[in-house]
Amino acid sequence: MNGLVPIFERELYAYFRSPVAYVFIIVFLMASTSCTFFLGGFYESQQASLEIFFLFHPWLYLFLIPAVGMRLWAEEHRSGTAELLLTFPIHPFTAVLGKFLAGWIFIGLALLLTFPMIITVNYLGQPDPGPIFTGYLGSFLMAGAYLAISICTSALTKNQVISFILSVVICLILVLLGWGVLTDSLNQLFPVWIADLISQFSFTTHFDAIRRGVIDFRDVIYFCSIIGIMLVLNVRILTTRESR
Amino acid sequence: MIEVIEISRNFGRFQAVSNVSFQVQKSEVLGFLGPNGAGKSTTMKMLTGYLQPSSGDALICGHSVTKQSLKARAKIGYLPESAPSYGEMQVEEFLRFAGKVRGLTGEKLNSQIEKVLEDTSLQTVRKQLIETLSKGYRQRTCLAQSLLHDPLVLLLDEPTDGLDPNQKYEVRKLISQLKEDRTILVSTHILEEVEAICTRAIILSEGKIVGDGTPEELLSKSVYHNAINLKISVKPNQNVQQILLGIPSVERVEIQSSNYQTLSFVVLAKQGQPILEEVKERLDQQNVKIVEMYVEKGRLDEVFRQMTIVEAA
Repeated sequence: MNGLVPIFERELYAYFRSPVAYVFIIVFLMASTSCTFFLGGFYESQQASLEIFFLFHPWLYLFLIPAVGMRLWAEEHRSGTAELLLTFPIHPFTAVLGKFLAGWIFIGLALLLTFPMIITVNYLGQPDPGPIFTGYLGSFLMAGAYLAISICTSALTKNQVISFILSVVICLILVLLGWGVLTDSLNQLFPVWIADLISQFSFTTHFDAIRRGVIDFRDVIYFCSIIGIMLVLNVRILTTRESR
Repeated sequence: MIEVIEISRNFGRFQAVSNVSFQVQKSEVLGFLGPNGAGKSTTMKMLTGYLQPSSGDALICGHSVTKQSLKARAKIGYLPESAPSYGEMQVEEFLRFAGKVRGLTGEKLNSQIEKVLEDTSLQTVRKQLIETLSKGYRQRTCLAQSLLHDPLVLLLDEPTDGLDPNQKYEVRKLISQLKEDRTILVSTHILEEVEAICTRAIILSEGKIVGDGTPEELLSKSVYHNAINLKISVKPNQNVQQILLGIPSVERVEIQSSNYQTLSFVVLAKQGQPILEEVKERLDQQNVKIVEMYVEKGRLDEVFRQMTIVEAA
């Protein structure tokens, strides 16, 4: 894994050197809190928990994370630096992993900055710390899965907009598959086991359990395997892109 | 040091490089010539492992670029065609990044950075953001990156592209210094560069090698090889062109320019044989007043056209 650290560092600095980082963090913090208070009716629910806060994360991530991931390879392809990076004596997986980790840590940082929510809920009542912890963990894992998809679509093109749209569409499908309204209609169309199977592919299904404080290893494995598959696919895309 | 074995590369149905083989030894600077689209960059990209060959292979210091790609790449310093770099980084920071990715650390990394900054005359802009630099500086920043790890093999894709004449001179000087214990492959379409820095040149056309030799050997294929540039004073009733054409070893005479006082010719030799003595003798016999006279080695651009256009037709 020679080269992993410098690639990770460079990529992380690159976020903070462009307005992307600040815009992302500000929009994420504003959107996540206002969704909780205004859309989710945090006060009205009279519950000392962050369940409502986490409820909106799959939807926020849908637009915000592709924005974080879209530049990771598209920018390298556009400026030609991919040719430099991929001719260094490192395995392409090192480059992919370094970039992915940089984006993931960056998102993690933004997530940490929502700590005033924890203070607020502790001030208002006595919340159970377990679900708050698992909520953050689940949200971070899910963010990784979104990011892995975004970095993968980013490798397909040198156009960041195309990369953004592709990854929003793929993520949207993965969110919708477990969305209540859709699963209800799937239940009517198909036998229950098929409908269940389909919803098993969804971010929402797996995140919902963690959000409620239940850590099931299947959910963790689900997010980890999405990340793993996407990163391996990313390496594939890079190597076949070169031999197109 | 570099051994290319029947390497080919297709893009869909288009064959960009077909069955190219050549070797480059240590201390050699091989110029890669050819019109745009001849396959120069494609060949270089295959040597760096960025593109996979469709067939064939290449060895870099004995390591196959297809089977031992990482080992081969570790020996290579590469300057891609567009000299890419990360615009949001400072020059020194970019070099530090490239050095670290290549596995350099600590004191070694620092001293190598200082060395390449000096070699490429970048010390004055070391703390500047790359995106604020002019083309020449960016070109040299990417060149500096390729030298960091003291590579045994240097692949430079149009290293002087976009540089002003002074910078070109500096880069050529640098390449000449570097060749001592290295193997260098330079692609270019600037022909004067070949004469200036290359010990050997390969001309590519439509993915095939159409010429291979030292610059002198290539020049000797020129119709202008051993041709004489002549400037004389005009005298009435003297037809110098006829006199010149009367010499058996003269193939052709081209009039370059004329005014009331002087006439300029290029006298082409048959099969490029030396004709200076003969021409001089004949002109003296006829009392022609010579103002200027010198022998041409040949014209590379003409050899280049002859080789690449004949092939295309």
